[in-house]
Amino acid sequence: MLKPIITMRGMYKRFPGVLANDNIDMDIYPGEIHALLGENGSGKSTLMCVLSGLYKPDGGTICVEGEEKRFRSPRDAIACGIGMVHQHFKLVEPFSVAENIAMSGQHGSFMLSTEKMTADIAELGDKYGLAIKPEASVWQLSVGEKQRVEIVRMLYHGSRVLILDEPTAVLTPQEAAEMFKTLRKMAADGCAIVFITHKLNEVYELADRVTVLRGGRVTGVLGRNELDTKKLVWMMVGRDVVSQYERGVMPEGRPVLEVQKAVAFNDMGMYGLKDLSLTINEGEIFGIAGVAGNGQRELAEVITGLRRVADGTIRLYDEDVTNSRPADMIARGVSYVPEDRLGVGLVPELSVLENLLLKSYQQPEFSGRWLLDSKAIKERAAKLVKEYKVKVSSLDQPVKMLSGGHLQRLLLAREIAEKPKLMVVVYPARGLDVGATEAVHRLLLDLKAEKTAVLLISEDLDEIMKLADRVGVLYNGRLVGEFPVEEADIERIGLLMAGSGTEGGEADAYQI
Amino acid sequence: MSEQSIIISILAAAVTAGTPILYAALGELLTERAGILNLGVEGIMLVGAVSGFIAAVATGSCWWGLLAAMAAGGAVAFIHGVLTITLRANQTVSGLALTLFGTGLSGYLGKSYIGMPVPQAFKATTLGPLSDIPYIGPILFRHDVLVYASYLLVPAMAFFIYRTRPGLILRAIGENPAAADALGFKVFSLRHLYVIAGGMLCGVGGAYLSLAYAPSWLENMTAGRGWIAVALVVFALWDPWRALIGSYLFGGVDALGFNLQVLGVTVPTFFLSMMPYLFTILVLTLLMAKSGGRVVPPGALGLPYDREDR
Amino acid sequence: MRIRFEKRLAPSPLMTVAVPVVSVILALLFCAAFLALTGRHPFELYFAMLEGALGSAYGLSETTVKAIPLMLCGLGISLAFRMQLWNIGAEGQFYLGAFAATWVPLTFPDLPVFIMLPMMLLLGMAAGALWALGPAYLKVKWRVNEIITTLMLNYVGILLVNYFVYGPWRDPKGFNFPLTAEFPPAALLPTFGGSRIHVGLLLALALVVLFIVIFRNSRWGYEIKVIGSSERAARYAGMDIKRNMLLVMALSGAVCGLAGMTEVSGIAGRLQPGLSPGYGYTAIIVAWLARLNPVAIVLVAGMFGVLQVGGYIVQTFGVPASMVAMIQGAVLFFVIGGEMFANYRVVFPNSKGAEKADE
Repeated sequence: MLKPIITMRGMYKRFPGVLANDNIDMDIYPGEIHALLGENGSGKSTLMCVLSGLYKPDGGTICVEGEEKRFRSPRDAIACGIGMVHQHFKLVEPFSVAENIAMSGQHGSFMLSTEKMTADIAELGDKYGLAIKPEASVWQLSVGEKQRVEIVRMLYHGSRVLILDEPTAVLTPQEAAEMFKTLRKMAADGCAIVFITHKLNEVYELADRVTVLRGGRVTGVLGRNELDTKKLVWMMVGRDVVSQYERGVMPEGRPVLEVQKAVAFNDMGMYGLKDLSLTINEGEIFGIAGVAGNGQRELAEVITGLRRVADGTIRLYDEDVTNSRPADMIARGVSYVPEDRLGVGLVPELSVLENLLLKSYQQPEFSGRWLLDSKAIKERAAKLVKEYKVKVSSLDQPVKMLSGGHLQRLLLAREIAEKPKLMVVVYPARGLDVGATEAVHRLLLDLKAEKTAVLLISEDLDEIMKLADRVGVLYNGRLVGEFPVEEADIERIGLLMAGSGTEGGEADAYQI
Repeated sequence: MSEQSIIISILAAAVTAGTPILYAALGELLTERAGILNLGVEGIMLVGAVSGFIAAVATGSCWWGLLAAMAAGGAVAFIHGVLTITLRANQTVSGLALTLFGTGLSGYLGKSYIGMPVPQAFKATTLGPLSDIPYIGPILFRHDVLVYASYLLVPAMAFFIYRTRPGLILRAIGENPAAADALGFKVFSLRHLYVIAGGMLCGVGGAYLSLAYAPSWLENMTAGRGWIAVALVVFALWDPWRALIGSYLFGGVDALGFNLQVLGVTVPTFFLSMMPYLFTILVLTLLMAKSGGRVVPPGALGLPYDREDR
Repeated sequence: MRIRFEKRLAPSPLMTVAVPVVSVILALLFCAAFLALTGRHPFELYFAMLEGALGSAYGLSETTVKAIPLMLCGLGISLAFRMQLWNIGAEGQFYLGAFAATWVPLTFPDLPVFIMLPMMLLLGMAAGALWALGPAYLKVKWRVNEIITTLMLNYVGILLVNYFVYGPWRDPKGFNFPLTAEFPPAALLPTFGGSRIHVGLLLALALVVLFIVIFRNSRWGYEIKVIGSSERAARYAGMDIKRNMLLVMALSGAVCGLAGMTEVSGIAGRLQPGLSPGYGYTAIIVAWLARLNPVAIVLVAGMFGVLQVGGYIVQTFGVPASMVAMIQGAVLFFVIGGEMFANYRVVFPNSKGAEKADE
């Protein structure tokens, strides 16, 4: 019988206020693909950060090939052949690919010699079908390419245990399939692969074995032939999960938002949006699919007045609002749940009370010409917190102390309280657990029922398919393809997300 | 004096006037490349200047003075390191505190040394045939040894930053400490190292003033040069070669003010003294305006790093 | 044994008060050790400073006199700091305020007091505001770093004042000293009783009240708070960041200019070089130590007034007055180092791998 390469026993890790890992045991064998399944916040990433030496455990032992190890830093883990590809890539953006890989050399020479590096990188890339350009700067790469750089880097310094944290989150379905092939090839070469996920289909597709975590504890370990969806869901969530919402029939409403041939630049001064047109009607949820970084942020910001369009028009209820100031768009009933909840949507250092005031501090209900009406403000805040079931210890608690799910509830509560005509939501469920995700989705469906137009920008195709009435695919700043949700299929959307079939898609982009 | 020789002497003066700023700017550049903003340069230079002077008086050797200035500069920079790296304090405020503290400390230590002559100063020496090259010789090669050392330091630092592995890691901890940390580099220790090294260079800048340029001790003798050095690092876009050019530009403005009177221009000295400060503002503004406000500093500059920050 | 720091879920309220107090004590001890090392008797010096500053009516009055410009500059600075605008230019704005105020009595010496003083006040504030607006404009327009520009303008402002007092404004009857003519009585701020404490104190206290109202309960105060905490969130909420930056910097400069006006009109009675022994810099420490809280600024300014007066006392012991600047810098060091302990807990792991946290 094969011996495990990694044995973890009784792992504990505590963060202020949370026990992230509570007595976890786990074995990893060479040549296996081991899925670490669990909801957001179940402690999967923490456990792997401990294994890769980034976090120090508060208790427990790690053995590599039977020998107990204490990792003082990731360097020790790397020396034992353990490499991790984090969800937020640990790449230095202004550096070239070769420089990023050279950084990690354990016993590298004093001088940097790029020629040898370049050859080595190319060789590794060929072997596993990971094409990368060593001389390209990392900031120019797509997320998929960045991920390949991370994997090659780990292989470059000889990782025998490769940990990937939610590797498919940033990929199109086709790219994900490509990566799975690579992973299988590496496992066949004797590498142990651990991949962290919360998606059951990936477990079915790839895993030889799965360890399920819930609330920082192991709830089950299953082999490939023991897999059972109902069992996995129970282990992961502890209850049944809604797979499909009931949706009202889409009424023929008036158009609320009409974007025509919008052109906008991103922060780097390059095209963020190119001739993008779309229309959303009352009571409609328009889902925007696409790989992150294809113009999602620019689209949301252009509509909310935070970014200027260089060309094109934006109309709200038939009124031209092109390049209006954010304050005007707020006054016209545009609500916005941004990608960065903490830092843009909410002010981390300020209290729950002050954050709930953010959009309404100028309204006559809450403020005179100069002074704020603290009584009215407090009353409304208390009401909102109660109505939307936001768990807070007091209204004066700084919001940075709230959990991800309650942050999002708070943000949605404030934005919905403005009774929006148009709601722009970006990645609304990112990082939330199943319960919180459901709550957020229900709020969006309630909004739709009240005839609000909703622009749902998401990287999760399942989410779009569950909620949206119409789907558009954003690629490279253009809307490539737009169809009613009944006609949408994941395969075709995936292709469009990757930019193939753009010729056909481009024609779509000009249709209204 | 002929016009030509006046121009040559102004350019030569630009080099000497620029050298203390150059050392300080290189020190700050190293610090900022590691991701730490040290606004205490002015204070570190003053501490360097006074300790160098005191040590030179005590030992009779300017070399011991230089060593003392480096040690003192490194020591006070270490305070900034402890506060901002280990204790994750606000880098802006800590730097300001360092300037205020350094100003007070140097004034306190140097009180009895004001007006005292230094037993041995760094004196100009020629470099054989190099010093006889027409124009270039008198401008570049008739200075003291610290100027010559700075000629070597600039290419050495550029080479280190761009061409060596430790230099790559230095840039990495300044751009993205989380990435360097994930690969097992000791971000905290390395940052401390570069803050101290940067402080030592600022100390040399101070010692240049009290042991070569002046050579004497005066309270607040840096007169804002430390701040100019901070501005210069931005102007240099964190590149040693550009820092060299910038330093001599400022040295030139300094020297010009001094020499305008020789040339018979009758502007009150107060206005001439304002020139380096106004020039700093002007240069920074031009740089920012030209780049559309998009000057890219090291990615993590000014941000404390905390591994388990969630 | 390795200790490590762990973020507290909420800043400890006890620590919030204890840290500044302990920090000041530690800073004094640190400097005492340093003084002892350089061959002085630290506690003798400290005692003399305290006695000199607080032990007599004259001492108390002098302490208050020094505290007034610190309060005003501290308040001005705190306004900008609240919005994360690093106005380091209080010193220059102070001098410009004094300079503009001086222009009035020098040009119109015969104005009646009820025109003279308000005009000096307004001009002083306007000049301070303008001196701060330049850097603010550059920051808003091209993101030019305001720390460097405000600081550079300190040197320029002081040189400008020196030019005038050494040149065009020098008093012809002043035996060639670099001083302007003495102000007419109408240009002097009223004082309390026979002391040198002038009505600048009342102005400072009025500003404290105004600031409290602004920060506690006003729409504008709320905007400043949001912008200061997260500029991106402020933009998202539709706030006009650029307008507020200009406004806040102008007001910050105006208050520092007011400090210069009250100093020249309430204390010096004429413009002279060295009008400020670095009030504008010391006030940075005052503002930060007070955590930008207006009431605390008054208290801390009082404490630093003691240090300032103490600086004159120690000179009679042959100790340089810069000792005080050193103590002030050290206090700031210890305070910002100590803030860590309000936000983090120190964790001492014991040998078994479990951890104990101290409070």
